[in-house]
Amino acid sequence: MLRFLARRILIMIPLTIGITFISFAAMSLIPGNFVANLALDPRISPQVLKQMEAEFGLDQPLMLRYARWLWGIAHLRLGVSLAYRVDVIHLIGPRVLNTVLLALSSMALTWLLAIPIGVIVAVRQNSILDRTLSFLSFLGMSVPAFFLAFLAIDFALWSGWFPVGQTMSPDYAALDLWSRIADRADHLILPALVLGLAGVASLMRLMRSQILEIKNADYVRTARAKGLPESIVLYKHVLRNALNPFVTMAGYGLADLLGGAALVESVMNLQGLGLLLLNAVMKRDVPLVMGSVLMGTVLLLVGNLLADMALAAVDPRVNFTTLEAQ
Amino acid sequence: MNAPAATFRAENRAVAERRGWTAAVGREWRAAALTVKLSAILLLAFYVFAAASPLVAPYDPAQQWRTMPDCPPMRLHPAPPSEWSHGFLYAYPMRLDNPIARHYAEDRSRRTFVRLFYRGHLFTTAPDAPPFFLMGSENLGRDLFSRIVYGARVSMCIGLVGVAISFSLGIMVGAFSGLMGGFADSAIMRLCEIEMSLPSFYFLLALAAVIPSGLSTTATFFLIVAIMAFISWAGFARVIRGMAASVRSAPYVEAARALGGSRRRLLFRHIIPAVIGFAAVNASLSIPGYILGESALSLLGLGIQEPAASWGNLLSQAMDPQTIAYFPWILIPGLFISAAVMAFNFLGDHLRDRFDPSNAA
Repeated sequence: MLRFLARRILIMIPLTIGITFISFAAMSLIPGNFVANLALDPRISPQVLKQMEAEFGLDQPLMLRYARWLWGIAHLRLGVSLAYRVDVIHLIGPRVLNTVLLALSSMALTWLLAIPIGVIVAVRQNSILDRTLSFLSFLGMSVPAFFLAFLAIDFALWSGWFPVGQTMSPDYAALDLWSRIADRADHLILPALVLGLAGVASLMRLMRSQILEIKNADYVRTARAKGLPESIVLYKHVLRNALNPFVTMAGYGLADLLGGAALVESVMNLQGLGLLLLNAVMKRDVPLVMGSVLMGTVLLLVGNLLADMALAAVDPRVNFTTLEAQ
Repeated sequence: MNAPAATFRAENRAVAERRGWTAAVGREWRAAALTVKLSAILLLAFYVFAAASPLVAPYDPAQQWRTMPDCPPMRLHPAPPSEWSHGFLYAYPMRLDNPIARHYAEDRSRRTFVRLFYRGHLFTTAPDAPPFFLMGSENLGRDLFSRIVYGARVSMCIGLVGVAISFSLGIMVGAFSGLMGGFADSAIMRLCEIEMSLPSFYFLLALAAVIPSGLSTTATFFLIVAIMAFISWAGFARVIRGMAASVRSAPYVEAARALGGSRRRLLFRHIIPAVIGFAAVNASLSIPGYILGESALSLLGLGIQEPAASWGNLLSQAMDPQTIAYFPWILIPGLFISAAVMAFNFLGDHLRDRFDPSNAA
């Protein structure tokens, strides 16, 4: 297991460097930069612009700038945001928390809804319920998350039951611990639902096909032949095995979830990593963009790693040797 | 005496007809479920929108009625037979009675006749008559329906172009990698895995944001497609590679190799034809991803820029919550996106069930 961990973590390093370098090069190769954007403002004199350019090191060659940035990362420094003049880590920290909270809660919601529905639908295969839900799941998979987000905002405005936008109330700092949690949850419900709905649809379909496949396996027939009650057959033999691909999905679904979260954040105006990245990208604030991309990458890679490890823990047929061979 | 020969010829003709590709399409059509048929019809309609936008759209997508911003959709009424010389349908023109709240009222004293097949449009109004907004107007007083029709060009083409790029790239790389095996194979596959583990949307944002703003719509379109195809071809290549690797040891490929077939011949004559059907089905499943990706980028203002229309950038007005509350028809382009994605999903799923039995649920 240690060998597996070491290998995976070692692979992450060139991976991260590759991704960050492509982003860095893309940001730098296109004409214009943060200072050039400011040059449109006639109140800022050319001398100040020159001085800023030198201060941020924007006048230096690409490779040197990237090497410097990388050197900073090696020392756990993400650099200073050009627009906000603060350490990027202070900007990203709270945002990462919000995004991770959103992604995790929508994942939890997805599972809590998709697994029971998938089981019910599979048990009652071809019933009206099954057909209706299958059709609805197609609908759910097809409606884009940002469109759902618009509808959710409309619903929140119309009903007044949910706050519109933001991840916390303005008086958040003054609240005690429990009110804080309640406040966060209140702001999280709609975005998590919006983000999770497509996942519910696709996971439900996966669960259904998994169960239908396993239902006729030899060991299930054996379990029935032994005279085990149907509920035990269903939960201990069928469901237990049907869950394995979900663990793998959890890791790879994380990529979609993070991406979807970025979009939902932008539409619903939530203070997450996605919205931060979007704004930073508009301003050509290179350190901030790079910090966000790096964070996204690390979250994704760690998520995939955790999913693989969870799979090894859950499925006795998978162990670290087989994982390594993949 | 001639009868048996004539019957024989007739039968032969019948067989030939049944074998033609039109007959094959007809058979597929009859065997398909209702949802699949509806999806096909819907997509056909959208492609007609895209191909014949000037014809289908009642107005120029850039024409602004400055006095009618955010006008709600108008209702059509059938005209009484005595007025059929003006047109079969009419609507009451809208009057802006509160410019601050943008509140409109129907002007019941007048009628705007909507004429079919008139002035080179499927339906439109007379040049001097007030406009007829089938789906309302947006904040600059442009006809939303006309803009949706023109927007279909972007949204309907992006999937096809994107799939064409990632399909050809993925199939070449995947088939080559599967055929080669060994070091080249594992090197290429590691590269693909790197691509697949990119945080794609973050990456897409970072790349799309640096598209220079002065580019033409066509150039922006191709840049967006290129970026998305670059992100998505790797997963595709991996699937193809798996298939190619299994075909590689099939007897007929071994035989071709033993007969001294060159690597190129093996690749183009044996491996690629073996996987291309499956690959095409698989590719059709990735079309919705392109449509969604483009609309998301355009929605955020990073994709297709005004004044050109795409279903995504038409929605960007809805980014302001108040707009949704007061002018809900601004969300109509979202319905078009959902419908197109759903139709592609139904169709792709059907194709997979038909032509890729290994994956059928």
